[in-house]
Amino acid sequence: MKFTLNVWRQNGPQDKGRMETYQVDQVSDDMSFLEMIDVLNEQLIGQGIDPVVFDHDCREGICGMCSMFINGEAHGPGRGVTTCQLHMREFSDGDTITIEPFRAKAFPVIKDLMVDRSAFDRIIQAGGYVSVNTSGNLPDANATPIEKPDADAAFDAATCIGCGACVATCKNASAMLFTSAKVSQFALLPQGQVEAADRVLNMVKQMDLEGFGNCTNTGACEVECPKGISIENIARMNREYLSASLTSK
Amino acid sequence: MGFAFILCCASLGQYFCDNLEFIPFMATSRGLFGSSLARKYWMALTGLFLCSFLVVHLLGNLPLLTGNQETFNAYAHFMTTFPLIKAVSYLLYGSILLHTFDGLMLARQNMAARPAGYVKYHGAANANWSSRNMALLGTFTLLFLIIHMKSFWYEMHWGNVPMYTDADGAVYKDLYTITVAAFEQIWYSLFYVLAMISLGFHLWHGFASAFQTMGWSHPRYTPIIRAFGYGFSVLVPATFASIPLYILLT
Repeated sequence: MKFTLNVWRQNGPQDKGRMETYQVDQVSDDMSFLEMIDVLNEQLIGQGIDPVVFDHDCREGICGMCSMFINGEAHGPGRGVTTCQLHMREFSDGDTITIEPFRAKAFPVIKDLMVDRSAFDRIIQAGGYVSVNTSGNLPDANATPIEKPDADAAFDAATCIGCGACVATCKNASAMLFTSAKVSQFALLPQGQVEAADRVLNMVKQMDLEGFGNCTNTGACEVECPKGISIENIARMNREYLSASLTSK
Repeated sequence: MGFAFILCCASLGQYFCDNLEFIPFMATSRGLFGSSLARKYWMALTGLFLCSFLVVHLLGNLPLLTGNQETFNAYAHFMTTFPLIKAVSYLLYGSILLHTFDGLMLARQNMAARPAGYVKYHGAANANWSSRNMALLGTFTLLFLIIHMKSFWYEMHWGNVPMYTDADGAVYKDLYTITVAAFEQIWYSLFYVLAMISLGFHLWHGFASAFQTMGWSHPRYTPIIRAFGYGFSVLVPATFASIPLYILLT
């Protein structure tokens, strides 16, 4: 397969950046999108051009590092997949593919397609944890009964890999789906109740401070989320925040 | 020019909201003022209140469709003089202003959240058109509202309206004649129809969205709310639009 690639090139955070056009051929339809970029980079190195910088780690859809905006969609046209799981057979031979970094004020570009998503880490630090004693007398894991539907919903929320596709795809660059998934996974479980009010207030406050946009309930985030996190989590966080605002001291 | 003015007002408002530390209960962006979620709650609550107003407003204006001058004038007189309605009307003005102001603030923050836009952005792939254009639709609805209130609300309160005497000898302001005269102008009526289409799209997303924002989401009830919202967003603006069309065509 042959492709024409329009790739965003940006030398550093201060650089203005621009689109560059490259041709790649000898691409197998079994290649993942990242493998196709590997082929491009080999070619660029051979030509003495700086290879395209991009994030990747596990290449099996669980680390959430590969953050590419492909043909106007986060992680490209596939549903329920990250960029590393997107295969070239999803495209047609001879296609022109536009590749950009995830764009948000809170996700500054480091270089080319690599962005800094540490804003997510700071949202987690603001409240995405439970304070439990992990030394000494550990309680039995099954000592606290949890209803199956609650456990399932909490687990579904916890499958969020923090890739940032929700922010990238949202027209407002809002981090509501990410934050609400992290709030929900604790809000649904008894272990999360102790810090529930502070958690949601602090995490939303941090989310606002990072400069993410507001939620317009377009639902684009849940469509593009590689893990299928539902916007029901956003409704749950809205409920949690409202009651915490009204009752916190 | 107008847009620049609106942005300027929004910037000033944002500055004011960001510097509310001198008011104790607004001192923090945690809570019911200042935070992104708080703004959304106010958007949702005022939006739903404005929806309830639409229903009352529509019912009151139905006499225009039957050409009932007396009922319509009596309704207009009642709405501008009855104390409880007057009290609620101030809540309504407040809601319109808050919905507009918060909407501008949110839109401004949203624009700032992505300073460098995408070269290629396929918005239609994952969200419907009205949900992606709420600010635009809202601005057009506001423009309509200003013209609409100048034409009727302002005239009714402070304008020079001819008087009408009903069968019992009671004297009212003749808003009916003014309304019919306004809608006999083709451009004015067409503008109304266009504004109602815009309002319809705004409500198409806005109605159910308000429930989601308030966290009123439930697998059993959300589909019902959504279906009701779609029906509401078609039926209410369409009935409103039928009034100028009916007057224009008869």
